[in-house]
Amino acid sequence: MRVLRLGLLRGGLEIKQFLRQRESVVFTIFFPVMLLFIFGSVFKDSIAPGVTFSQYFVAGMIATGLVNSGFQQLAITIPMERDFGTLKRLRGTPMSPASYFIGKAILVTVSTLVQIALLMGFGAAMFGLDMPTSTAKWFRFAWLIVVGSFCTTALGIAFSTVPKSGRGASAVVSPIVIILQFFSGVFFVFTQLPKWMQDFAAIFPLKWLTQGMRSVFLPDSFVQQEVAKSWEIGRTAIILIIWTVIGIVFSVKKFKWSNS
Amino acid sequence: MSTSAISIKGLTKKYDGKFAVAGIDLEVAYGEIFAILGPNGAGKTTTVEILEGYRSRDSGEVRVLGDDPQALGEKKYSWRERIGIVLQSSADAGDLSVRETVHHFAKYYERAKDPESVIALTGLSEKADDKIRNLSGGQRRRLDVALGIIGSPELLFLDEPTTGFDPEARRAFWELIKQLRDEGTTILLTTHYLDEAEALADRVAVIAGGKIIEISPPETLGGRHLAQARVTWVEGGKSHERLTSTPTNDVATISARLGGEIPELQVIRPSLEDIYLQMIGGQE
Repeated sequence: MRVLRLGLLRGGLEIKQFLRQRESVVFTIFFPVMLLFIFGSVFKDSIAPGVTFSQYFVAGMIATGLVNSGFQQLAITIPMERDFGTLKRLRGTPMSPASYFIGKAILVTVSTLVQIALLMGFGAAMFGLDMPTSTAKWFRFAWLIVVGSFCTTALGIAFSTVPKSGRGASAVVSPIVIILQFFSGVFFVFTQLPKWMQDFAAIFPLKWLTQGMRSVFLPDSFVQQEVAKSWEIGRTAIILIIWTVIGIVFSVKKFKWSNS
Repeated sequence: MSTSAISIKGLTKKYDGKFAVAGIDLEVAYGEIFAILGPNGAGKTTTVEILEGYRSRDSGEVRVLGDDPQALGEKKYSWRERIGIVLQSSADAGDLSVRETVHHFAKYYERAKDPESVIALTGLSEKADDKIRNLSGGQRRRLDVALGIIGSPELLFLDEPTTGFDPEARRAFWELIKQLRDEGTTILLTTHYLDEAEALADRVAVIAGGKIIEISPPETLGGRHLAQARVTWVEGGKSHERLTSTPTNDVATISARLGGEIPELQVIRPSLEDIYLQMIGGQE
């Protein structure tokens, strides 16, 4: 109970700190909207009957948003907190590490939801984005967000042990995310990518998240254009859960509270 | 053993095969201000971080408030309720205000002090609504102390608390520490500054090369109270120097011999610094 209460408190504090860092707000919240604006304005063609590139792109951007606000944000900010001595100080208080992680998960969930709402609102207003067409799709959308957030939060915390310093964290983490975005069918239509790129992307969660989001935002007929001729929903859930477990195991075993 | 706030027997810790702490024994009584004095790399911080539960030891016995900080198990959080830690340096939470931060940390503790009175006690009332990133080094350090004492700790660890303070701020800080001692807080202080140890500590341990050289009250450290004074003067155009345990008597004798004033007379007693440098110098 105490763990949860302090976790909620940490979550509030994390959000407060996040909102006061203008760069992070712009980067994680508005950057995807800017990308949508740019790509949506450049690529006006339809990629299949009734499917505009913007429609395809929004699905990918929402999936990317989960990775940005979970994995990327945490894998960069936690090493900085380690450098600053924040983590070491917390380690000396009666607050449990679980509360700290709950706080991070709250931050990720809230910033993801805001980002998704902005993308959908902006997409609908500027590019005539179609909303999910059935209750089943809305439900799938919801669990993809929840499981996806957990997954990228866990992986972000686990990966935060990799960068040697807060200063270098961004240089280590950002390229991984950008490469996965190209390989996973965010910026390009996935089926147009070389086979080896598709296979490589299929190891990581982002490909499955984008595919899942396409199943929510694109018409059912589009499934014929997918590599597997199926949305592979069950497989997506399993792969996301496996990565979540890997992330949690690494976080528990390897998490470092200070550099020395 | 349970009568001491801190009890250490035969503590060792190696890094890369070299001893950072090479067999330390010490006891800190409840209610005491105990200072650990030593040069950089002497093993001060390693020792303190073992006591705080941040590091594991290689051998020896350690009890802090009656428990082994390395084997607390379920007791971990209740033990941390009873200690306060002020680390060497920190630069965190720059986007929060002093007030927000102190109030937030107060919620971690069952027996937290009133955050507003802690802000006042640490002299941060005027800065309470300032962002932490805009504080001066000294103000930031006072915030570190505020966060260290917010949980009403029985035992407070202060690792080089006044580094970067101006003299006035340092004196104000000492008053704060004395006030905490008067409230019954046991304090373990590590410092580079001899005047700080002299002003605050009931007892001082001098540590170098991972070993304790001496533990005593600051007044008698290194046999300082017994040490001879050095008398220097000029007589017959030449400098003279004499080590003596009766300087007053010697000066009177010289004065009588020279018929009054003694040219360039100096009587020098060893300062704590002289004693300290001699002690750690002998270790190199």
